Amino acid sequence: MAIDFLKTPRQRLAVYIALAVVLAVLPWALGGLFENGKSWLRAVDFALLYIMLALGLNIVVGYTGLLDLGYIAFYAVGAYTYALLNSPHLQAMLPVWMMHPPFVVMIILAAFMAGLFGVLLGTPTLKLRGDYLAIVTLGFGEIIRICLNNLDHPINITNGPQGLNGISKVHLFGLDFGKPIQWLGLTFDVAHSYYYLILAFCALIIFVTLRLQQSRIGRAWVAIREDEIAANAMGINTRNIKLLAFAMGASFGGVSGALFASFQGFVSPESFVLMESVMVLCMVVLGGMGNIPGVILGAILVSITPELLRDAINPLQSAVFGRRVFDPENLRMLIFGLAMITIMLLRPEGLWPSRRRKLEIHEHEEEATA
Amino acid sequence: MDIFLQQIINGLVVGSIYALIALGYTMVYGIMQLINFAHGEIVMIGAMVTITCINLLIGAGINLPGPLLLLAGLLMAIPVSMLLGFAIERIAYRPLRRAPRLAPLITAIGVSIVLQQAAMLIWGRNYRPFPAILPTEVHDFFGAAITDLQVAIVVLALLLMGGLFFLIERTKLGRAMRATSQNPEVAGLMGVNINTIISMTFMIGSALGAMAGVMVAANYDQAHAYMGSLIGLKAFTAAVLGGIGNLAGAVVGGILLGLIESMCAGYLSSSYKDVFAFVVLIGVLVFRPSGLLGERVADRA
Repeated sequence: MAIDFLKTPRQRLAVYIALAVVLAVLPWALGGLFENGKSWLRAVDFALLYIMLALGLNIVVGYTGLLDLGYIAFYAVGAYTYALLNSPHLQAMLPVWMMHPPFVVMIILAAFMAGLFGVLLGTPTLKLRGDYLAIVTLGFGEIIRICLNNLDHPINITNGPQGLNGISKVHLFGLDFGKPIQWLGLTFDVAHSYYYLILAFCALIIFVTLRLQQSRIGRAWVAIREDEIAANAMGINTRNIKLLAFAMGASFGGVSGALFASFQGFVSPESFVLMESVMVLCMVVLGGMGNIPGVILGAILVSITPELLRDAINPLQSAVFGRRVFDPENLRMLIFGLAMITIMLLRPEGLWPSRRRKLEIHEHEEEATA
Repeated sequence: MDIFLQQIINGLVVGSIYALIALGYTMVYGIMQLINFAHGEIVMIGAMVTITCINLLIGAGINLPGPLLLLAGLLMAIPVSMLLGFAIERIAYRPLRRAPRLAPLITAIGVSIVLQQAAMLIWGRNYRPFPAILPTEVHDFFGAAITDLQVAIVVLALLLMGGLFFLIERTKLGRAMRATSQNPEVAGLMGVNINTIISMTFMIGSALGAMAGVMVAANYDQAHAYMGSLIGLKAFTAAVLGGIGNLAGAVVGGILLGLIESMCAGYLSSSYKDVFAFVVLIGVLVFRPSGLLGERVADRA
């Protein structure tokens, strides 16, 4: 992630420290600057969850070049894994030792379950590429959602469309994240403590992605994206490496899902519809496939836009028309759809592409015009 | 026995609708090797425009017999959807013909979102009931129930398919389309205007899609802005099942998928109806990626 204008290590360090300070005081700044700072902080928390999702999808779509349209299923698997073991719903059925496991165990379990589903999806689709893969992954995502929706009979596992309620908050280092925490004279509300928790996981995932990108595996992924046959000939075990990409991407989604379930306190199949998959894809595409800062930028843009729209469009509408004519939710999706088309037509490498990707795409264009 | 027969009838009706939509997918795929994700949305818009049109006519106090009203609605919906198909190809796919494969796929998804959300803005997020203009008389057919509408859907779908086959196999336009799908460059050298042919393909597919949309709306007595994605996915499954790029395959796949679905809904579980369709899709792609009648392989990037 070498940023061009930061040449020396000292400059880079300075920027990182500045970024860390900004992120550390952000919740307090939001509370001080805005009247509805609380809802903004919640939006930021969700944006962080989306960053994790987008980074996970980036491994599959951005690095390995496999278009996955059912990615939200892994988020669902993570969320339901957390929810089932931490809510009163299955308390009567499961043995006591399985309920409310320690948080670290829970996160690892969520990541593992999602990764397992990733392999489950990856295995039958290994031979497929491009549009076929897109359709199969889309179908897979829908299968997971329909199953979550219908597994309330004959045995009630997921509680169907009503979803799972009363999911307990995270308990870590003897702290209960569900109650305001006093520390150094500051009061950390639920949204505050979750902000730092999610931020920590986000940083971890960014770190892992960075290390992966530089590693043998990361290079193998890119090689597969560029030319699978050539990659195979170079001695890459394409089958295992592709499965690893699916599992890795899925496990990020699983972690994000577990955090989502505990933060929200409630999960239902409605949170995992196809549109959500498309939104995560939109983040990756807008930001710049395969570039970590780009993907983060995309995730922030896409997840914060609805908040901005809600604050800007509704007053504007009532001022102009005297009533609410357009639903901001519709407008948001309309804008994303248009953005996806425009970006692909005008700047297919995304807003903040990796240098390599940019060169590749423009090389293609030169070939085409030559 | 009558449950079996009933499910066969339901399956045939739904299956022939799937087949009509699948033809749209398969024609575009055959020529451009592109999945037109927005096709399902065109189906939806065809249904919505027809319903709006019929309601307008009824509201204006014009009391024609039901089928004529429906025809008037269709006469409005078909040009609208053809225009849309033309515009989509022109705006979203044509500039990307030489781009990397992922690019047109992503614009296709974008177009589908735009159409869906635009429809929500125009028609709202609620279900639109299909106006009660068609006879609802139920006939007894060897112990199973069948309506005039169901018979009409199957007959009309078969007629349309026959017409399409005639067009592709017997006319000059059809020959040009077949040539383009085999090799666009060479077809161009032989004097075929490829751009026109591709536009025509999109327009014909969209017209079929609009009619299928009306059939769906009439069959289920309702339509709404989200109906396109699921029905589009099912029809795509049908196209893959039969072998994508192959017209006869799309018809066989569509009818087969309709039968499989209604059998599973009747005998296993109706809440998992949609799951069966996707399982079929994944199964076909894993075990026979070229589909039942296809010769191509799925491994094209």
